[in-house]
Amino acid sequence: MTTTIERVVRKAPVPERPRRGRGAFRRHLWSYVFLIPLVLLFGGFTVWPMIASWWYAFFDWDGVGSPADWVGLANFREVLASDAFWRAFWHSFVFSLAAIFVELPLALVLAILLNNSWLRFRNLYRLVLFLPVVATTAVIGIVIAILLDPAGGLVNRILLDSGLIDQPVNFLGSTSIALPTLLSIDVWKGFGITLIYWLAALQTVPKDLQEAAAIDGAGFWRSLRFVTLPVVMPIAIVILLLVFQRSLNTFDLVRAVTEGGPDYATDVVPTYIYRYAFDPSLQAPRYGFASAAGVVFGLLTLVVTLLQAPFMRRRVGS
Amino acid sequence: MNRLLRRNVWHLLLVPLCLVWVYPFVWMISAAFKTPKEMLLGGLSLLPDHATLDNFRRAWTTAKFSTYTANTVTFSIAVVVLVLLVASAAGYALSRPGLPGKKVLVAVLVATMFIPHGYTIIPTFVLVNGLGLGNGLLGAALAQAGPALVVPVLLFMGFFSGIPKELEEAARMDGAGYLRTYWQVMLPLAKPVIGTVALLNFIGAWNAFFIPLVFTLGNPDLRTLGVGMYGFYGQDTTDWTGLAAAACISVVPIVVVFLFLQRTFVEGIAGAVKS
Repeated sequence: MTTTIERVVRKAPVPERPRRGRGAFRRHLWSYVFLIPLVLLFGGFTVWPMIASWWYAFFDWDGVGSPADWVGLANFREVLASDAFWRAFWHSFVFSLAAIFVELPLALVLAILLNNSWLRFRNLYRLVLFLPVVATTAVIGIVIAILLDPAGGLVNRILLDSGLIDQPVNFLGSTSIALPTLLSIDVWKGFGITLIYWLAALQTVPKDLQEAAAIDGAGFWRSLRFVTLPVVMPIAIVILLLVFQRSLNTFDLVRAVTEGGPDYATDVVPTYIYRYAFDPSLQAPRYGFASAAGVVFGLLTLVVTLLQAPFMRRRVGS
Repeated sequence: MNRLLRRNVWHLLLVPLCLVWVYPFVWMISAAFKTPKEMLLGGLSLLPDHATLDNFRRAWTTAKFSTYTANTVTFSIAVVVLVLLVASAAGYALSRPGLPGKKVLVAVLVATMFIPHGYTIIPTFVLVNGLGLGNGLLGAALAQAGPALVVPVLLFMGFFSGIPKELEEAARMDGAGYLRTYWQVMLPLAKPVIGTVALLNFIGAWNAFFIPLVFTLGNPDLRTLGVGMYGFYGQDTTDWTGLAAAACISVVPIVVVFLFLQRTFVEGIAGAVKS
């Protein structure tokens, strides 16, 4: 400790040249020591699991002892042949579609509106729309499930009283409506954060650029099309990716509210994987098979992400 | 006049939208004070006829939400402390000019943000069990903090890079070594970043569901509020007023924290996106 301080002090006034090899390493020794916790924690809980999933996927393994029963590609074959997996994948994908094609544009429209300084109470509106984001998904999801209950739930009572329907709607118990219901709750829950993303993006548009456009006689739409959107576009791609990633990993809401039911009508890939690995009603967990499902899911989402890439590049280019 | 009218017309859209948005919260608070009987028979009024604290008593003791609250607080604080220590140290190291390997490390950090993870919960679970932390909140906190480090590291790195070099040289002249410069000079300067990172991760950990669920499967006494609510709902689907009270216990504290510190929170998210 003392020696380090002495060495640093003695060296400090002399400007140092960056050196390669051992010298550079010794000069940065403390910096590397400071990086050890990050490397351990991030390596252990993010990088390692991404690699280990692949390894486990080749074994028939119930989690007891270490994986020993090598089965080759059998798990992958079973995943790819499983209708339940593809159904879950489709549902996960629908959550993304809803986030990208409903939540993202609506949040942009509202962000453009709330970004106007002439709008009164705009901070209050922003706050209210953000509120669902800070509520625990599992908890508030259950509250909404109660509101939607067919036997005496508030929404059905209002709809019945007003004469809009003559029979209660089983929002979460019917195989055809359960998924749209969860999608709506998901949009409600995530809307505020997407709104904040867009507002942050809109803040980067320089004021004088907009004023110049206004002086040149550009109306609201022209200014939006030729000034605001081009500036916002690079950030929009980041927002798109963030929203896409979040929507693909929907778990909390589905697990807490419907557990993937009724009859797997709302099953998504994370709940599918959870069932094979952790469900207490399971006789023996199937870690190998669940890992294979996770790997396939990761690969499929990578493909979908890459498919978006050319589209994005074109948007940036124009 | 015309212009004023056109501008105010937007409130006709925004006010109903916001009412729909907050309604679940308002209903939750109102139902938590109603008697089960009033809930069953009563009308749509939001004000309870006879306000009662019975639901809270039932949720707090019978449904063990007192334990769950303590667990959630422990878990959230552990996550925040872990993230702050690890991310500030790493961010400081990465802000040193000319550190070999820095670019690679930052590239890996950023890349993992956008590469789909598939599902990494199984290796995480196996690793924590292997460390002997399987049925404890510390293991869950490690699993929660690990993947949450990227943005905090980048925020700290950006902040420390912006601090004038003279300040650090002065500290060195005064005889402060690497550790002391970090702990006594740089970290106190980073209070705004510390605040943002702490708040974002506290809310994130409080609301976490997947990790606490998986790590408390074998030990219900360690459940956090979100997992406890799920268990309560699974056990007693019809105790609506009790569930509403339990939901209040889970949601109201974090919403209050958010309302007090919302500026920091919103700016933190916005900053993370922009950078």
